[in-house]
Amino acid sequence: MAPILEVRDLVKKYGDFTAVKGISFSVEEGEIFSLLGPNGAGKTTTISVISTLFAPSSGDASVYGFSVLKDPMAVKGCIGVVPQELALYEDLTALENLNFWGQMYGLSGKALSDRIAEVLDQIGLKDKAKQRIKTYSGGMKRRVNIGIGLLHKPKLLFMDEPTVGIDPQSRRAILDSVKELNQQGMTILYTTHYMEEAQELSDRVGIIDHGELIALGTQEELTRQVDETDTLVLHIAENEDPQPLVERLQSLDGVRRADAIDHEISLITHSAQELIAPAIRAAEETGIKIYSMDIREPNLEAVFLHLTGRALRD
Amino acid sequence: MRKLFIIALKDLKLIFRDPAALILMLLAPFLITLGMGFITGRFSGNTNAGISSIPVAIVNQDEGELGQALKAVFRSEELADLVAPTFPTRPEEATRLLEADEASAAIIIPPGFSNSIIPDEGGSISGDIIQIDFIANPNAPTNAGILRSILNSFLTQVEVGRIGAEVTLSQVAQTGKLTPELAAQLGEVFGTQLAQQSAQTRPIQLKNTTASGAAVKFDLLMYFAPGMALMFLMFAVTYGGRSLLLENRTGTLPRLLQTPTSSAQILGGKVLGIFLTAVTQLSILIGGTSLLFRLDWGQPLGVVLLILAAAFAASGWGSFMATLFKTPAQVANFGSIIMLVFGLLGGSFFDMSLLPEWVSMLGKITPNAWGLQGFTTLAGGGTLSSIGEPLLALALMGIILFAAASIWMKRRGLARK
Repeated sequence: MAPILEVRDLVKKYGDFTAVKGISFSVEEGEIFSLLGPNGAGKTTTISVISTLFAPSSGDASVYGFSVLKDPMAVKGCIGVVPQELALYEDLTALENLNFWGQMYGLSGKALSDRIAEVLDQIGLKDKAKQRIKTYSGGMKRRVNIGIGLLHKPKLLFMDEPTVGIDPQSRRAILDSVKELNQQGMTILYTTHYMEEAQELSDRVGIIDHGELIALGTQEELTRQVDETDTLVLHIAENEDPQPLVERLQSLDGVRRADAIDHEISLITHSAQELIAPAIRAAEETGIKIYSMDIREPNLEAVFLHLTGRALRD
Repeated sequence: MRKLFIIALKDLKLIFRDPAALILMLLAPFLITLGMGFITGRFSGNTNAGISSIPVAIVNQDEGELGQALKAVFRSEELADLVAPTFPTRPEEATRLLEADEASAAIIIPPGFSNSIIPDEGGSISGDIIQIDFIANPNAPTNAGILRSILNSFLTQVEVGRIGAEVTLSQVAQTGKLTPELAAQLGEVFGTQLAQQSAQTRPIQLKNTTASGAAVKFDLLMYFAPGMALMFLMFAVTYGGRSLLLENRTGTLPRLLQTPTSSAQILGGKVLGIFLTAVTQLSILIGGTSLLFRLDWGQPLGVVLLILAAAFAASGWGSFMATLFKTPAQVANFGSIIMLVFGLLGGSFFDMSLLPEWVSMLGKITPNAWGLQGFTTLAGGGTLSSIGEPLLALALMGIILFAAASIWMKRRGLARK
């Protein structure tokens, strides 16, 4: 398939700080492409430049052949943007918000009202369309935020961390809607720092860190890089301090890295099976009880760890 | 152009849905004006309850009709309750009365004042118009402001009459039939009419009516209402300027820039929104005070033009502030300070002439000063021609501020990371 978005040696500097350091990638028609990276990696800046909000310091990007530098208005006409922050007018109703933004995308008259009705149906807010946004829950606001980006039926949709700060139920609904939009033929550039989201949604993933694209490919291609890496996950009691056990596990032979997130300790190792017994012994020595264990296949988290030596949430 | 209006109307809708903004934009100036009305006895009709018998010293060194006409105004029946004039013969005596707090202001009519406006028997005018001196007593700011308004209204009538006479004379002269004798006769006739008109027939619009419709007295609210409306106008434009920064912070401005809408359209829409807000606010305040307090703001076309000009200049300040400050909180905080400072400098609280001359000059940078001058002139019976100066000043102020804001915004960029 032909690429509809091409990013070439893109650099964005803010004074002395370089937020994006010469990244290149392309997105093909009909795919979901995810930019995966921790907070501050340069994902939002990359989307801001590609969506013509900021001019690149050097390099260029083109959407359907239109350069963001030379023909930004043509680029804006082809893309839809769902920003990370809730860019809505809280004192207007959802209907008024959709009406305003639809007009900003050049829609008017019956075409606009028909499209608003469709989008309201799509985001499931038809009944509450005449309520002011400030009365909505976080999840409902997120849905309106997405709805605005869909109003003009863009060929390419940029979604910048659309699930940040919402409950699991709303998050699930958004992920399902992303898949549905893609099935309807929309190409999606999705940014996230949640490995699970990138893994579930993406046809291809670009891993970004400190403004650099450090890996790019399908999930199979990426996990192949860490083929001999397993993750052993130990679940401990919620009231236990995991740190003494993490330190003890770190010193075991075969453990490449040990991390604790809440009451879950992840061990990156070449062979998870061989580490089960030593891990149990280490837990007994530190007086921490293990409730359950599971072994996970190589995933994007492991890829990120492999490439950067840090966890995505570091 | 369509998008420009859509953005402006959206902003107008947003500001009128903000209860806090409505209180400061509309309710506060209404209540303060209403309060001033009660304090001054405007609503009770009891002059003893409010301002009355304002002492004023008038020194008439002019031997012509206009000096007499001005004295007649202050001695008129209509002003009998409001002012208590004395007529010392020398300026030093008037100054002494001021220093002893026995006069709220002194009005010195210099020699040759009438002849500088009305042609003498030989048909000649004595050169430049001689100015009347108005000396305010700093211990009686409100009283001095009222006296100044009365004087301004008189001078407006003189100016209107003078221009009318000049136009008529020049039209006669163009026929080629104006002999020196005829010019002298016409000058005499116009001069007499002017003095009569200024002193009697249209006595500085002292015709504010009561419910019964009878002509009564000088209306104090016509002094306070425009001052308050103009002061709180600065709040409206500050709010508008703040909204640009707020939209940047909440992400709606970057989102707008990601739609097929140019920066110029967005900025134009925001500025138009500020302007429409200002126009709407002033119109509601003026319309409301006309209906509720029965205020006569003067010639409707002049009022409309002044509303537009004052809103334009104030919007210029709002836009300029949005470029000057970095955060919405800064604009809100400094905006409140600027609103009060402009209110002080622009004469919304007391008469500008009480302040040192350089402060009065500084006040000219405010839309308040020019707006107030225009509105009080119109309320005093002034016509479109007599508010030319404030209209021009306000228009220039707006143009300069918008230009500065545009240049600054272009250099800085509309959206900021």
